[in-house]
Amino acid sequence: MQPLTRVEGRAIPLGLKNVDTDIIIPAKWLKTISREGLGAGAFESLRAEPGNVFDDPAYQGAPILIAGDNYGCGSSREHAAWAMLDLGIRVVIAPSFSDIHSGNAVKNGILPVVLPQDAVDRLLDVAREGLEIAIDLEAQTVTTPYQDRFTFDIDPFRKHCLLNGLDEVGLTMARGEAIGAFEASRTAGQPWLMRGTAA
Amino acid sequence: MASRPRTLYEKIWDAHVVETRDDGTALIYIDRHLVHEVTSPQAFEALKVAGRPVRRPELTLAVPDHNLPTTARRDANGMPMPIADPESAAQLAALEVNAPAFGIRYIPATAKEQGIVHVVGPEQGFSLPGTTIVCGDSHTACHGGLGALAFGIGTSEVEHVLATQTLLLQQSKPMEVRVEGDLGPGISAKDLILHIIGRIGAAGGSGYVIEYRGAVFERMTVEERLTVCNMSIEAGARAGLIAPDDTTFAYLKGRPMAPQGAEWDAAVAYWRTLHSDVGAVFAKSVTINAADVEPSVTWGTSPEDVVAIGGRVPSPADFADESKRVAVQKSLDYMGLVPGTPMTEVPIENVFIGSCTNSRIEDLRAAAAILKGRHKADNVRWAIVVPGSGLVKAQAEDEGLDKVFTDAGFEWREPGCSACLGMNPDKVPPGERCASTSNRNFVGRQGPGARTHLVSPAMAAAAAVTGRLTDVRELV
Repeated sequence: MQPLTRVEGRAIPLGLKNVDTDIIIPAKWLKTISREGLGAGAFESLRAEPGNVFDDPAYQGAPILIAGDNYGCGSSREHAAWAMLDLGIRVVIAPSFSDIHSGNAVKNGILPVVLPQDAVDRLLDVAREGLEIAIDLEAQTVTTPYQDRFTFDIDPFRKHCLLNGLDEVGLTMARGEAIGAFEASRTAGQPWLMRGTAA
Repeated sequence: MASRPRTLYEKIWDAHVVETRDDGTALIYIDRHLVHEVTSPQAFEALKVAGRPVRRPELTLAVPDHNLPTTARRDANGMPMPIADPESAAQLAALEVNAPAFGIRYIPATAKEQGIVHVVGPEQGFSLPGTTIVCGDSHTACHGGLGALAFGIGTSEVEHVLATQTLLLQQSKPMEVRVEGDLGPGISAKDLILHIIGRIGAAGGSGYVIEYRGAVFERMTVEERLTVCNMSIEAGARAGLIAPDDTTFAYLKGRPMAPQGAEWDAAVAYWRTLHSDVGAVFAKSVTINAADVEPSVTWGTSPEDVVAIGGRVPSPADFADESKRVAVQKSLDYMGLVPGTPMTEVPIENVFIGSCTNSRIEDLRAAAAILKGRHKADNVRWAIVVPGSGLVKAQAEDEGLDKVFTDAGFEWREPGCSACLGMNPDKVPPGERCASTSNRNFVGRQGPGARTHLVSPAMAAAAAVTGRLTDVRELV
């Protein structure tokens, strides 16, 4: 995954709340066995509306998306993150995110930024003016040309992975010994737990 | 550690910590992993590219469900039917190849044990109380009905579990939804969970694991508990839990993958410790009065858009929050509904009985009880029943339920996810309404432009009979 340190650019002012992952990428696009090319189906139902923000030339190629509460709710499909990445979105700013989707986003090098609704409203206004917004992950700040400066929280491990573009699977595999010890204690104490389909 | 009173969630969490990290995350052991064809191919591909094996293949079970057509699985000569859609066929073929290549047990589409992963797991005794269960599907929360900590994950996490049998997680906060009193006659588990989501909102459980508490849940069958926990994700919760009890143990005893003999006794003794201690602290607590629950129906495009069947389509002006008013107007436009319309005047053209929320034998019995001796209304163009598994289907056929459904004008299908998400050919046409026992009424969920009203199986049957949303209690 590509490291993310600082993102600066225009932002798509979506603003909608409860944007579910069916909206981000409808089911018919999930038949792929690849992660590539899903941008073509991204936000399909919203893009069917005339004058939608995604097809507005003012926001073409914008690396930032600003949305409402509960962004990414619903289905666990990671295709949503792949579709956003394919559109070039690296940061989503919203008052809240679904647990599953924000995890999927981070694992694909997309930063979910949680800010209070009033800050999000302010950034929506700035974005609608076509001005650039800057996100600095190291400093955990969002800034605008009007000198707005909002700070956000992020889990330190997620921050570390994003800044360095780390592969979490590789990191955990390095803990194989601790996992093996845990498994050995289960096999001794509660063997049925380790049988699974072999029962 | 044992001195502090703990919630059920905290007990299961503590029992699965491999190690805790300085940054507050924990490496959590995963006991059971369910895999289906849609969210796994990229994970298997990544393992192949990196040359990584599956750490514990016997702890993963693979079943195709999302993409499968629900029409006949074998032709007249008993040969497996080819899948018409080439993309679906390729995705299903990938699972069929990947699972055995990595040593994972695979249940093929033609086996009687095949079904929706969340129906198969409990049915086979693969899902057990006190275990951690994950799947690349958000309705994994379902298995919480057995007292398991079960939640949906993305494909990167599927890969992580396959390679390490663990996940790196931040602990959620425990939340209690307590239901006081009794549900009225004719009120189902689905009505209750829709009512709860309507109360707490689609993000009301965000950051939490919900434990459902109160005598109502203790009296529920396992099937009803699975329905309740299934939709925890629609309230934004990571997972939902109901403490295991004698009802749970009776359900699991003798199932193919459940422990046997002395191990069964030891397991039950352990499972009896799995309840929230007296004095355990919940970070958030919501109390619901069961007497307030009516047959529930959704009017909008979020599962929080719930109203009692006796209610009316709301107006944007009814909502205080500006962003919600905008969302309500958008939903009403999409749904083609006018504020103030009684819900019972909303006509229905399609009825879907199925999905991991409501496709178990009790769901089919509840729908059949309403349909017996009746027929779907003329304006109901398409009505289908999709059993949750081949075993549910066989059981229903033994009981003659298939005949009740077909006599009433329903199609009797093969198991799968079907019109819940419209990935396979089962879709609701644009602009038409569907009374659906599934879990999501999102824009385009059942097909582009489809309008979904979420209801219980009995309510879906009632809508089929009258051709409009109907209070099932009028037909009992």
